[in-house]
Amino acid sequence: MNGFFDIPSDLQHSWAGLIGVHLREALLPVAAGLLLALPLALLCNRFRWLYPPVLGVTTVLYAVPSLAFFVVLIDWTGQTELTVMIPLALYSLVVLVPAIADGVRSVPDETLSAATAMGFGTVRRYLQVQLPIAAPAVIAGLRVATASSISLVSVGALIGNQGALGNLMAAAQKYDRPELAANAVLTTAVLAVVCDAALVALRRVLTPWMPRSGRKRTAAPREELLTKGAAR
Amino acid sequence: MIRIDSVTKRYPDGTVAVDRLSLEIPDRSITVLVGPSGCGKTTTLRMINRMVEPTEGRILLDGEDVQRRPVTALRRGMGYVIQNAGLFQHRTIADNIATVPRMLGWGKQRARERAAELMERVGLDASLAKRYPYQLSGGQQQRVGVARALAADPPVLLMDEPFSAVDPVVRKGLQDELLRIQDELGKTIVFVTHDIDEAIKLGTMVAVLREGGRLAQYAPPAELLSDPADAFVEDFLGADRGIRRLSFFASDALELTTDPVVPADAPAERLTAAGAPYLLVTDADGRPLGWRERGSTGGTERLLPYGRPFRPGTDSLRAALDCAVLSPTGWAVAVDADGRVTGVVSQQTIGEAIRSAHTAAGAHSAPARGEDEKVAG
Ligand SMILES: Nc1ncnc2c1ncn2[C@@H]1O[C@H](COP(=O)(O)OP(=O)(O)O)[C@@H](O)[C@H]1O
Ligand SMILES: [Mg+2]
Repeated sequence: MNGFFDIPSDLQHSWAGLIGVHLREALLPVAAGLLLALPLALLCNRFRWLYPPVLGVTTVLYAVPSLAFFVVLIDWTGQTELTVMIPLALYSLVVLVPAIADGVRSVPDETLSAATAMGFGTVRRYLQVQLPIAAPAVIAGLRVATASSISLVSVGALIGNQGALGNLMAAAQKYDRPELAANAVLTTAVLAVVCDAALVALRRVLTPWMPRSGRKRTAAPREELLTKGAAR
Repeated sequence: MIRIDSVTKRYPDGTVAVDRLSLEIPDRSITVLVGPSGCGKTTTLRMINRMVEPTEGRILLDGEDVQRRPVTALRRGMGYVIQNAGLFQHRTIADNIATVPRMLGWGKQRARERAAELMERVGLDASLAKRYPYQLSGGQQQRVGVARALAADPPVLLMDEPFSAVDPVVRKGLQDELLRIQDELGKTIVFVTHDIDEAIKLGTMVAVLREGGRLAQYAPPAELLSDPADAFVEDFLGADRGIRRLSFFASDALELTTDPVVPADAPAERLTAAGAPYLLVTDADGRPLGWRERGSTGGTERLLPYGRPFRPGTDSLRAALDCAVLSPTGWAVAVDADGRVTGVVSQQTIGEAIRSAHTAAGAHSAPARGEDEKVAG
C-alpha cells in the first residue's frame, strides 16, 4: 500500500488533479453529446424516416475503435484532451439519441392533443411538455453514457498521457508499481458510482411528479441500453 | 354560434370520416354528437378547433370561417376536454389548470387564484392544488380536465368522450356537475359521446351520426325518443325508448289521492276503514313509514316497505312509474321537498297520465319539428 497515492512526477498531476482531468474528459463529451442529441432526436421525431438511418450512423460510430479515431484526429487536434473527447462525445450518441427520441415519443397522445388544443406550438410543446416528461428516460440514457465515458477515458493513455487515471496504468507498467494500477481501477470505479448517484439524485429532484411504480418503469430502457453498452 | 356547413373530411388514406355534415350549434347550450365508434365524432369536433382541416365545406364561428382565424387564438378561445383528461403529468393540479391563463400572460398570482376558484367550481378540494395528476383518481383527473378547459373563460367548450373512462357512479356525478356548471356559466358546449343515455341526459340538441360520418338525425332528445328518423336511430336508441321518453314528461299533473294516507297514531277504526286495499302509514310529521294491508293490525314494524317516493314537479313521469312498479302495493308515494307525503297514486292513474301526455305531445310535436327544420335548413 506504500506509495498508493504517490503519483510519478511525469504524469504532471497529483491524484486529485488526475481525478479532475478524468471527470472533465469524461463529462464534457457527454454534455456535448446531449446538446447534439436533443435536436437530432427532435428531427427524428418530426421526420420519422430519419430515425432508422440516424440510429444506424450512431451505431456505426460506436463500432469504430477509439484508436482509429485517434489516428484520424491526431493530424487535426494533436495529442490533446480534445482528441480523446471527440470520439467519446460521438459514442454517447448511440445511447442518448434513442433515449431522448423514445422518451419524447412515449408521451401519451392525449397529453399531446391536450397541449395542441390549448394552443401550444411545436417548439413550446417540445420544450414545455415532451422534454420534461421524457426527463426520466433522458437521465437513464445519461447514466449509461456517463458510466461508459468514465471507463473509456483511460484509452487516452495511448496518445501520450491523455488518459487521466488511465495514465496510472501505463505508469504501473513502466515503473513496475502494481499499486498504481489498483489505484486507477478503484478510483475510476468510485467516480462512476458517484456520478451515477448524482444523476439519480438529479432525477429525483427533476421528477417529483413520478409515481413510485413509474420509477421502476424507467429502469427498463436502461437495462436495454446497458446490454448495448456492454457489447463494447 | 358555430355552424358546420356541408363539411366533408377525407383522410389521406381515403377514409371518409365525415360526409357532407351540416349542423347549427346553438349558443349557450349543450349539443351532443352521438354515434357508434368510428362514425367521425372526434374528427368533427377537431375540425371546429382546426386540429383537423376539412377537405370540403366550412365551419363558421359567429359567422366567420374558422380557417380565417389565427389557429392559436382560436384554440385558446375554446376549452377542450378529452377522455382520460390528458393532464400534464409533470405539473401540479394548480399549474395544469393555470396553463392557458399563463400562456395568455396572466401573472402567477392571478393565475393561481383563478385555479383555486375553478377547483372549487368543479368540486375539487383545495388541498389537491399542490398534488400531481398520478395522485388523483380518474374522476378527479377528469374534473381537473374540465377546470383546465374553463380556465381562461372561453365561450366554447369542446368535449370528446370526457366521461367514458370512469365508472358509472363517478360518471353520473360528473354529468350532474357539468349540468350544474352549465346552468351557472352558459357555455356553448359541443359534447361527443358514444353513449346514447349520456346524450339524452346532457343534450339540448342531439346529433346522431352513423358510420361514414353521415348525419342520421338532429333533434332535441325528447323528439329523438318520440320520432326516430329511421331504423338506424331507433335501433341506436335501444329497446326501452318508450320508457325513457317518460323522463321528459312532468309528473305534477298526476292526480294524487290522500284517502289511504293515515298517521300511525290515528284511531284504530281509521286504520282499518277506507276503501283502498292498502293504507300508507305516516309518522307524526307526515313522513311515510310503510304500507299496511287492510284489516291487519299491529305495530309499525309489520308494515310493507314503500320503496322510493317521487316528488311531483321535480321528478318525471318515469320516476313516478318507477316508484309504482317498485312498490309492493303498485301505488307510488308522492312527497314534498321535506319528504312529507302529499298523496299516493296508482299504476293505473299513472298509465292514464302517460297516455294523455303522449296525446298532448303528439299534438304539439308537429309544429315544433317544423320550426326545427327551418333552423336546420
Ligand atoms: N388520422 C387519421 N387518418 C386516417 N383515418 C383516420 C384518422 N383519424 C380517424 N380516422 C378514421 O376516420 C373515421 C372516423 O374517426 P373518428 O372521428 O375518430 O371517429 P369517432 O370519434 O366517432 O370514433 C374512422 O374510420 C377512423 O379510423
Ligand atoms: Mg372518438
